[in-house]
Amino acid sequence: MSTLTIADLHVSVETDQGTKQILRGVDLRINEGETHAVMGPNGSGKSTLAYTIAGHPKYHVESGAILLDGEDVLAMTVDQRARAGLFLAMQYPVEIPGVTVSNFLRTAKTAIDGEAPAIRGWVKDVRESMAALRMDPGFAERNVNEGFSGGEKKRNEILQLELLKPRFAVLDETDSGLDVDALKIVSEGVNRAKANTGLGVLLITHYTRILRYITPDFVHVFVAGRVAEEGGPELADRLEDEGYDRYVGEPVAS
Amino acid sequence: MTNETTATTTTGRSTPAGETNVGGSATGTRPAGPTGRGLIADATSRHERSAVPVQTRNERFSSTDVTAFPPVTGREAGWKLTPVDRLGALIDGELDGGRYPITVQGDGASTVGWSDRTDARIGTAGIPEDRASANAWSHFAEALDIRIAGEEPVHVTVRRDRLGSTPRAAHTIIDVAPFARAVVVLDNAGEAVLAENVEILVGDSAEVTVVTLQDWADDARHVANHFARVGRDARLKHVVVSLGGLVVRVNPAVTLAGSGAEGELLGVYFADAGQHLESQVFLFHQADHTKGRVEYRGALQGAGAHTVWVGDVLIGPDATGTDSYEQNRNLVLTDGTRADSVPNLEIETGDIAGAGHASATGRFDDEQLFYLQARGITEEVARRLVVRGFLAAVVQKIGVPELETRLHDAIEAELAGEPR
Ligand SMILES: Nc1ncnc2c1ncn2[C@@H]1O[C@H](COP(=O)(O)OP(=O)(O)O)[C@@H](O)[C@H]1O
Ligand SMILES: [Mg+2]
Repeated sequence: MSTLTIADLHVSVETDQGTKQILRGVDLRINEGETHAVMGPNGSGKSTLAYTIAGHPKYHVESGAILLDGEDVLAMTVDQRARAGLFLAMQYPVEIPGVTVSNFLRTAKTAIDGEAPAIRGWVKDVRESMAALRMDPGFAERNVNEGFSGGEKKRNEILQLELLKPRFAVLDETDSGLDVDALKIVSEGVNRAKANTGLGVLLITHYTRILRYITPDFVHVFVAGRVAEEGGPELADRLEDEGYDRYVGEPVAS
Repeated sequence: MTNETTATTTTGRSTPAGETNVGGSATGTRPAGPTGRGLIADATSRHERSAVPVQTRNERFSSTDVTAFPPVTGREAGWKLTPVDRLGALIDGELDGGRYPITVQGDGASTVGWSDRTDARIGTAGIPEDRASANAWSHFAEALDIRIAGEEPVHVTVRRDRLGSTPRAAHTIIDVAPFARAVVVLDNAGEAVLAENVEILVGDSAEVTVVTLQDWADDARHVANHFARVGRDARLKHVVVSLGGLVVRVNPAVTLAGSGAEGELLGVYFADAGQHLESQVFLFHQADHTKGRVEYRGALQGAGAHTVWVGDVLIGPDATGTDSYEQNRNLVLTDGTRADSVPNLEIETGDIAGAGHASATGRFDDEQLFYLQARGITEEVARRLVVRGFLAAVVQKIGVPELETRLHDAIEAELAGEPR
């Protein structure tokens, strides 16, 4: 069984005002097939956690470990992590001018699998996944994220999730900015990936509403760079009623 | 009269992404240009805006006689961004103006031959405005004469790959009869020390694409001036692709002379270490209801890579109903490069449909790289995708499929650092 382990992770970032400590000892353990919701207020460090797992060069790991089935993820380059089975659906997907979605998907699939996909099956897979996500076929010939609406960008992230078939996916506020129809479509995509590949999910969100469509096995409340409380799905219901107020102002371990 | 000049110089450094943007419309209100903030952090940048330049673009001194020009000092407006010391004989030395070997591939109603320098068409598209151009004019013996007739589409490629290292002068006429349709490719490779003038005569209602491809050997030096005159309802697509050569300067000057004439002026360049690639573009809207589009894109990589783009657009007093837009974008891939980008727009009539310009030079975007790598794509492949994508915006407009494929391959080779 695959496991993604995050142990006592401390992360900082360089700013104009000097080094800023963001993550202050994060512990998480996700087994394949499990869905962990990470919920927290703005600025609590959720995206920092997501980017650090993916290996964004801006974030500096001061101490702690990230292990994928015992392998040291922190020693891997960004692309090695992806090929090892990690996927990040970004909060703000990046525009790539002049590179079409279809070219991008094929290049990524080839990189992940180590060989080009068989044309016929691939074209069919792309078409079916796009249809399931209610994406217009013309999308494939548009440049990656260029001129996409917020909802289109998020669908495009989930399209990649379905086609690249990672072992673990970090979804960074994939629900933000989606209307309820788009939220359902995107959630169904994540649930399909879970059913098809036994995907483990780290579902980062600010709101509880996506949890109506993707049921978490565990909920972690994230405050000031660390997990402040953990529990089952019922914890999300309590957050829905009470908000994050009770956690704010709580002393933070250094 | 409206007159606007904006200049940007950007020197690559290892600082994070940043973009210089100069954009706007010259139809009256226009956003103020940037003041230097928002530029590449830490980079050497300069912006100049002057309300009234000394001289209108079509009032420059011109002559076909090299001795009519004073010696070039390198401080002249037209030379100050060019490494004149590396051009040597091309500016004022002796040049071999005789015939040179060519390989012609043509079909349909086209002929390629040599015409005497007294031919009546010579000088009808334009006259030199700088000393190197006049030097070529003074020295050429015969003009390479490419004639296109009929109404069926014609494709002509003239390959020049055996010029050798003797300093040469050349003159070319591309003469497109009314209603003709053609693609003409000047395909340049190998060694060269060449100063030349190319005259493009586009007859009424003709439609022609002229591509000049500079895929020269590493130490080649090439100074070219193209003069085009586009007739009534005619259409010229002019494409400058500069990849190889030590110093390559190809300056197109296009006059939209007949009502309804259209000029699309495209350029793609990729400068690597030590290379100087330049294009000073002049688009003159002389007649009414003319349409102009200028788009040049370039990538710079390696120490001493230098590119220059100057885009002068002049909308003359009779050019009512004109629609014009010009832009230049540069992508800086490494430290130690320099991209000069200078758009100028002069409008001498109050009644235009639209006019604008934009210029942007940005560093390779690390966020794009991260996004692609986060999908398993290696850094090398990711870089290639991004640069290819950036240049594709212009390459796709060329409209000659074989050439597009070849350019994509050539760009990949540049990125891979393969010798050319
Ligand atoms: N690249 C960065 N440079 C400077 N500060 C950053 C950077 N990334 C995050 N931060 C800061 O770290 C804190 C956490 O940010 P983030 O991880 O984006 O939080 P969240 O995703 O929970 O809203 C915020 O105060 C944010 O301003
Ligand atoms: Mg965030």
